[in-house]
Amino acid sequence: MNKMLQPTTGALLLAIVLTGCGRQKTSITMAGSTAFQPFAEKLAEQYMIGHPDISITVQGGGSAVGIQSALSGAAQIGMADLVQLPPEAKDLTAVPVARDGIAVVVNPANTVAGLTMAQIRGIFNGTIRNWKDIGGADAPITVVSREAGSGTRTSFEQIVGGIALSKDALIQDSNGTIRETVANDANAVGYLSHGLLNEKIKALQADGRDCTTEAIMAGTYTLVRPIYLLVKGTGSEQITAFIDYVLSPEGQQTIKSNGLIPVK
Amino acid sequence: MKLFGEKGVERLLTGIAFSAISALLLIALFIFSEGLPFIMRYGLRGFLFSSEWQPQAGQFGIFPMIVATLWVTLGAIAIGAPLGVAGAVFLTEFMPRPVMRAVKPTIELLAGIPSVVYGFIGVMVLAPLIRSTFGGPGLSLLAASIILGVMILPTVISISIDAIMAVPQSYREGSLALGATTWQTVRMVTVPAARSGIIASIILAMGRAVGETMAVIMVAGNAVKLPGSALDSVRTLTANIALEMGYATGTHRQALFATGVVLFVVVMALNSIAGLAIRQKAGRR
Repeated sequence: MNKMLQPTTGALLLAIVLTGCGRQKTSITMAGSTAFQPFAEKLAEQYMIGHPDISITVQGGGSAVGIQSALSGAAQIGMADLVQLPPEAKDLTAVPVARDGIAVVVNPANTVAGLTMAQIRGIFNGTIRNWKDIGGADAPITVVSREAGSGTRTSFEQIVGGIALSKDALIQDSNGTIRETVANDANAVGYLSHGLLNEKIKALQADGRDCTTEAIMAGTYTLVRPIYLLVKGTGSEQITAFIDYVLSPEGQQTIKSNGLIPVK
Repeated sequence: MKLFGEKGVERLLTGIAFSAISALLLIALFIFSEGLPFIMRYGLRGFLFSSEWQPQAGQFGIFPMIVATLWVTLGAIAIGAPLGVAGAVFLTEFMPRPVMRAVKPTIELLAGIPSVVYGFIGVMVLAPLIRSTFGGPGLSLLAASIILGVMILPTVISISIDAIMAVPQSYREGSLALGATTWQTVRMVTVPAARSGIIASIILAMGRAVGETMAVIMVAGNAVKLPGSALDSVRTLTANIALEMGYATGTHRQALFATGVVLFVVVMALNSIAGLAIRQKAGRR
């Protein structure tokens, strides 16, 4: 037993000694929006290659958690994907680093090609209940939405405006399950992040505009939410340097090549 | 060295045994201390009997979810209990014992399938089937009941088999000697004698059905409204907690803990009733 323990203990001690002797690492914690989390992880990974003295940890939790943890100091950088930041975020410096389109999606079998904002509002309010009322087949509309508090839902409802979600709406708890539900139900309509569109679902035109990267960049497609990095006060030098990296052409290219829309 | 003597080991084991109980106590304490103040403030009646659940607007009524939980559970029992009890009777009374001994572990293996897999099958196979056959969104009370009905089968079958096996062989021999057929013996002697064990199996299965979360979230559709039919989408108490906890802060979070209190009370009550049923049987012998 002792013989087996010795090498392990030795390795452990060595590790402790090595860490202790190494250069002091600055650690930065990011937390918040699950929509931006995978992008933040990728950006952090790339940044740490060029800056071995900095260690960045990325956590999820949702936009509300991002704001809370940036305020409390649990994370140095919060991430939030909301159209309007809540009043408690006024003490935070919010830097928009990317944009994300919200696509209204239906089953590929659906013949409807586009909706106006008023029609979208009517569908999600439950006043338009059949596809034939808006130029589709005679079939009841199955509305699929997100759970209360979701950043995507909050943004969607704020941009479309005046939505009091129909009580008949199905609730799914992620972009992915919304996509599966719509892909499986010929009469369903839902909404999800533009970066997660695929061939199993069909994105509708909103007010006659296709949901494409170009339309979002040009500002003609209006269902768009910004993604913010939140910092308490001005933040340290290292934090500013990292945010500058995210905004640099290289950082923005990473964001773009992985499906989000760069701010610049 | 004294530590590992007879007394030391005894103390150690006692400590381990009590740590499990204290974990339960701590969980209960935590849920109640987080949830009860909210219930006091919001009012028990408004919380339990209002149909408006709009966390953003400060409205927290869980009545539709209580009703949904009851219907889903009853539906699961309606599907799982007859199948399970019939299966248990068939395996114990009509099959040779070696066959039963081979089949029982296979059925118990069903309990080892992760609930997310049941949910996945529900979403991919059952919901589309319900949608094309009966209409509606497919993700519905009916889908949840069927999936849960299958999920509780191992509990019902396994405990029912134990209960039926515990009926003394002399009962059956007496009945058969009086000229009763096997079916008559099962119906009038064996099953009535094993009744309390069978009831306990169903109540434990109810506890499982009430508490199941993942599979239900995936197949029930999660709309917060009173179901008008079995084809409507519903949200259960467990689904409500799991869906919204990621975003909930402040009062909303407390309301979810309060939902947990209601669930805790329901599951504890069911388990106590099951325990009572089992003890009653032991007492009679």
